[in-house]
Amino acid sequence: SLCPVHSVMSVCPPQLSLRAVNSSRSAFASFLFAPLFFQLYEASGPPPHLELCRCKVLMKSFLGVFRSLPSLEKTVGKCLILLKPRASRLVVQLHCKYGVTKTHNLTFQECERLQAVFDTQRCASSLCAPARVLAEAVVHFPQTLAEVTLAAGPGGKISLRNHVEDEAEPGKTMVTELWLAEDEFQMAAVAPGSRITFCLKEFRVSSCPALPSPMSPLSPPPQPPLCPQGLLTFAEASNLPLTVHYDVPGRPVIFTLEDAVLEVHLVLATLSDPESNLQPPTANGVSHLPAPSDDFADDLESYMIAMEPSTYEEGSGVPPIPTFPLCIPDPAESDTEEEEEEEERAVLGTPPHKKFRSLFFGSVLTPGGRGLAPTLEVLAEDSDGEY
Amino acid sequence: MRFRAKIVDLACLNHFSRVINTIAKLAKTCALRLTVSKLYFILSDKVANGGVSMWCELCQGNFFDEFQMEGVAAEHNEIYLELVPENLSRALKTAQNAKAVKIKLTNKHCPCLRVAVELPSLSSSSRMVTHDIPVGVIPRRLWNDFREPSVPDFDVSIYLPVLKTMKSVVERMKNLSNSIVIEANLSGEMNLKIETDLVSVTTHFKDLGNPPWASEDGCQSSAQSRDLESMAEARIDIKKLLQLLAGQQVNPTKALCNIVSKRIVHFILLHEDVSLQYFIPALA
Repeated sequence: SLCPVHSVMSVCPPQLSLRAVNSSRSAFASFLFAPLFFQLYEASGPPPHLELCRCKVLMKSFLGVFRSLPSLEKTVGKCLILLKPRASRLVVQLHCKYGVTKTHNLTFQECERLQAVFDTQRCASSLCAPARVLAEAVVHFPQTLAEVTLAAGPGGKISLRNHVEDEAEPGKTMVTELWLAEDEFQMAAVAPGSRITFCLKEFRVSSCPALPSPMSPLSPPPQPPLCPQGLLTFAEASNLPLTVHYDVPGRPVIFTLEDAVLEVHLVLATLSDPESNLQPPTANGVSHLPAPSDDFADDLESYMIAMEPSTYEEGSGVPPIPTFPLCIPDPAESDTEEEEEEEERAVLGTPPHKKFRSLFFGSVLTPGGRGLAPTLEVLAEDSDGEY
Repeated sequence: MRFRAKIVDLACLNHFSRVINTIAKLAKTCALRLTVSKLYFILSDKVANGGVSMWCELCQGNFFDEFQMEGVAAEHNEIYLELVPENLSRALKTAQNAKAVKIKLTNKHCPCLRVAVELPSLSSSSRMVTHDIPVGVIPRRLWNDFREPSVPDFDVSIYLPVLKTMKSVVERMKNLSNSIVIEANLSGEMNLKIETDLVSVTTHFKDLGNPPWASEDGCQSSAQSRDLESMAEARIDIKKLLQLLAGQQVNPTKALCNIVSKRIVHFILLHEDVSLQYFIPALA
């Protein structure tokens, strides 16, 4: 689902984790696999080597091994992944039909720990819904959309709206807004009137100049974006519910997927809202919007009129109903890993890749019957001609 | 000035969406004219369009379950809006399984067409999606720019070949040349030709048939007294032709073109409840 330049695979008994961060450090993702995920998991070797092994692999090469999922599903019986620290090699061996074995040797580099500091417990709001609901919601927004605002509206409804830059002329951009009722969610514990803006799809990752590329002396080409869409695809295929944790604007939003053998986190920076930050909402003198009638067919008119003020008061920060004070964020973490940008930077340049590679260990490794991600597609193709 | 309309029937919604998709492929921006009984999508032949113009007419009754319009004034009971049809196309794209779609002209911060889609959901209440499409209101003094174009005094009128075939031919020709010559005669023959320094390619179509035009005051007499074998031709921009052909999502009931030699080609595509006219001027 995620393929930025900066990907790290760390083998830390008893878990295998894959982590990635984008170059502007405004997005971080991690996939954590328990040994049970795999048919055979051996972190072995002479005792001195039975230690934490953290390596950095060019994700593109790694995924290149698994390039064509449909054909892999048909031909590969077993996939063996070996880490040879002394040779600095990651070996991926595909055992295919007819006695064919394909061995890929990838070089890796030792690297530092890559971990964003985040705490879902400290988020004031959280939502949990089947991935399908969120995927269906997201489909109404254009493919090229940069940012979307998630907001808790009256009547317990959750809205998603494309974010329009303040500088853009108001009369030029199409605004799309989607409303989801509370009961579409498995769990919705949100601070009323809360809202955050994050990048939905368009999240260009530029090559990190400090990263020495083992593959070529040229700077690595732009990679596909790191963002929720890929995660949604993965979640839908694995049939797992997606949880969204968020706090006040400016604090990161965290998407999580969990099951017995897999834990996935995607942490994104959110747009900070200068006007509403740290201001406790007031209830005085605010007109209370009527909650939209559930019978939408007849009441669309008044509902649409009623919704007008809140949809256009961008940045006013005053929710229509009394709320409890929002969490005051702690002073900024000193951990340098968590340098979330205040605003996403869409790096302009070549048209972004909107498709994603997905990690699909599940299709070849899962014990029978799990059905984890059997239909996951490798959607992304390289945009570059590096080779 | 008010406008509200509602579509409930999925087939109508699908049909309307396909019309909008076709328009979106033909024009980046166009005028939408609303009258009590019809909708028109109009592209007038400005230089910016390369001289191309379009006139598309729909009967609202064939698409909308509810349609209420109040024009700018009683004696001018019409509304002219400027919009980007691609926005409307996008708004309708994900509405194909909607319970209802309502379109309304609003003016909160700026004039918008608000498309409100009510979608089915597993929860007790429906899912609502609203799309606010910014529009420009075209003032009455400019309405003259958007009058229905008259059928030109053509030399040859001929039915088009199957559009899909024509499209695949033109698509391949596009790689070889920027302009294409359409020529046809009154014996039902049409040729599509491209000519470059290196190569010339011609595709011949036969037995296409020529539509009978009722002569009004003998204005078509030039066509009637014409030699049946003689070809009328016009060289036009190949991309504009391809835009027209590629945008067709449904096979029209009738498709024909009128050629004014070396001046203009006038395409008419008729469906049951939609008519589309497209004018491509000849290149110098």
